[in-house]
Amino acid sequence: MGRTWAIIERELRRFRRSPVLIAISIVMPIVQLVVLGYAFGGNVKHLKLAIVDQDHGVPAIKVRELASAASSGAHTIDTVDYADQGQAIDDLRNGRVNGVLTIPPEFSRRVLTKNEPRVALIEDNTDGFVSVALAGTLGGMLAAYNQPATTARIASATTLDVVEIYPYVPYLQYLLPGSVVMSIFMMVMIGGGIIFIDDKARGLHEGYLVTPIKKLELVAGFNISGTIKAVLAGMFLIIIGSVIAGIPNAFDPMRLLRLFVVVVVTAFALISLMFLLMVRVSDPMLPRAVFGVLNTVLYFPSGAVYPQQGFPGWMQVIAVADPFTYAVHALKCLLLKNTGFTAITADLTFLLIFSVVAMSAATALFKRTL
Amino acid sequence: MNAIDVRGIVKKFGDFTAVNGISFTVETGEIFGLLGPNGAGKSTLIRMLVTLLTPTAGTALVNGFDITKQSDGVRQSIGVIAQAMTSDLELSVEENLIIFAKLYGVPRPRRERLIDELLEAVELTQWRKAQVKNLSGGMRRRVEIARGLVHEPRIFFLDEPTTGLDPVSRVAVWEMLAKIKRERELTILITTHYMDEADKLCDRIAIVDHGALKALDSPIKLKASIPGRNTLEVSFSATPPGWTELLERLPGVESVVGEDHVFRIGTTLGPATTMAVMEAAAGAGIAVQSLSVQSTTLDDVFVHYTGRALRDALQEANPLDRGPLLRRA
Repeated sequence: MGRTWAIIERELRRFRRSPVLIAISIVMPIVQLVVLGYAFGGNVKHLKLAIVDQDHGVPAIKVRELASAASSGAHTIDTVDYADQGQAIDDLRNGRVNGVLTIPPEFSRRVLTKNEPRVALIEDNTDGFVSVALAGTLGGMLAAYNQPATTARIASATTLDVVEIYPYVPYLQYLLPGSVVMSIFMMVMIGGGIIFIDDKARGLHEGYLVTPIKKLELVAGFNISGTIKAVLAGMFLIIIGSVIAGIPNAFDPMRLLRLFVVVVVTAFALISLMFLLMVRVSDPMLPRAVFGVLNTVLYFPSGAVYPQQGFPGWMQVIAVADPFTYAVHALKCLLLKNTGFTAITADLTFLLIFSVVAMSAATALFKRTL
Repeated sequence: MNAIDVRGIVKKFGDFTAVNGISFTVETGEIFGLLGPNGAGKSTLIRMLVTLLTPTAGTALVNGFDITKQSDGVRQSIGVIAQAMTSDLELSVEENLIIFAKLYGVPRPRRERLIDELLEAVELTQWRKAQVKNLSGGMRRRVEIARGLVHEPRIFFLDEPTTGLDPVSRVAVWEMLAKIKRERELTILITTHYMDEADKLCDRIAIVDHGALKALDSPIKLKASIPGRNTLEVSFSATPPGWTELLERLPGVESVVGEDHVFRIGTTLGPATTMAVMEAAAGAGIAVQSLSVQSTTLDDVFVHYTGRALRDALQEANPLDRGPLLRRA
């Protein structure tokens, strides 16, 4: 055990003198959290909507008034009146407007005769977010338009009451679990994988292989020290990220304890994965090349930025085997819902089993000689 | 018991045989050198002895421990300086020694005493807190010498310890090793391609080339074993036809090698041959531009046993030389 601790001591002393490594592993996930969170998390606003009123009747004017109200209220749309449909569509194609609301000539007559009155939304569907926002806003507007002047005292139609059991979660908070796992992964890959292979290429490992250290002690030393470094990065991200994202009760001791457990288990799972991938590698270029690919393959299928229910089948298969998935899920439960261990037992179990399997395979593959 | 007993050791990497059935012994307390060019198999041999590589065939006993079956015993009793610099750059001098002492299980009080003594022995006491990356190559080597001795091993292996160092640093390392050898009971096995290093340091030298042992004896006996006790190096202003044959007939001459008016003449009668060369040049009307008389060098020994000069062997490209990153067949 003393020899294992000697390796851990060596690694941590080196880590203490590597400010660049520390900065990269922590700053990059924070920057990503903030930029992605604000880039994707906002509500779409000030979409330019061209209104072509070909009817000019009272019902058409009412539709235009409702559109103006939507523009003045939530600012989702900014309305622009067009006299000519052709000009409006040209401007739509050229990107000057985001959609065209056309009120056809017979609209008022059809409203009065209750004969399928319609208005048309012509939209630029190359941007799904914009087209969904426009359709949603105008759909709500028409629902308000269709409300009868008087309503029954007791409603006879079925209505949907939405009850949110947790406080509103902005996208920035939604991203935080993935960013924490990302910081752990970066510390594992840079502070673990890349440095490990660089040392091997420089011949540093020979200095240790000629000592009486056992294979298991060497493997344990590298991996425990890697886990410690990764845990430090993860906990730092949790604390700073919780403040940035506005997590309620961020410093609750019990929650921090549960988070610490998840971070430790996640760090060990990722370091086991890294070690398994690098155990027989000698070329210093390989971990650098693999790092970027792994980052993408593990991070995005995990559900860190988008729900897995929206993934195609092959990506869902990746998600099932991906340790990021379970770590992100566990951290979402703790950070966003403040659950107990019961909600994350399955995640912790997977991560532990993954760690044991990966570390056993890596230890078996590790060569005690050159 | 000999400190090291190598028995028909072989190492192959695929079809390439790096070490081809070498056997020798190293006596306790001696400095033993393996001399040969890059690619000769020296580093491969030493790596097998320090348990970094597994032999293809044969074995060796190091301190009585079998390198294949009792590798833990070997590792506990040896210190190693690898060819590549293996000290941790981010750690201080002292930290490098502390970590290694812990790896060998040296108890704390003994560890602290040994580190103080070793830092003084390698003259790095004032640099103990300095990070290794801020030291020169020679100083870094001295850190590694101290690190290799922190657990008081009985055998010390050094794989080309002064390669890449400037001449001043090389001399400093030699002096360090000689001093340490005087102060401690230590057997040293050193690999080198520097003749002067082998000649100066070693009690006995094994000449290795192409994976085979070509000769083994003390430097003096090796030099005495080859024809010619002196070498005259002479340059003439001109060389008439038949000049080489004329020189070969001079008294005591045993070998003549000439190129571009410069001749190396091996002779058993240095003074007599020198006089004869001067008289022959005067008689032929040519001037002797320079003349030096050298004792037989290890290069001459190397030429005798391998058929080529050590410096020429060093300059040859060896496509199969895998260097310090040698891994597996």
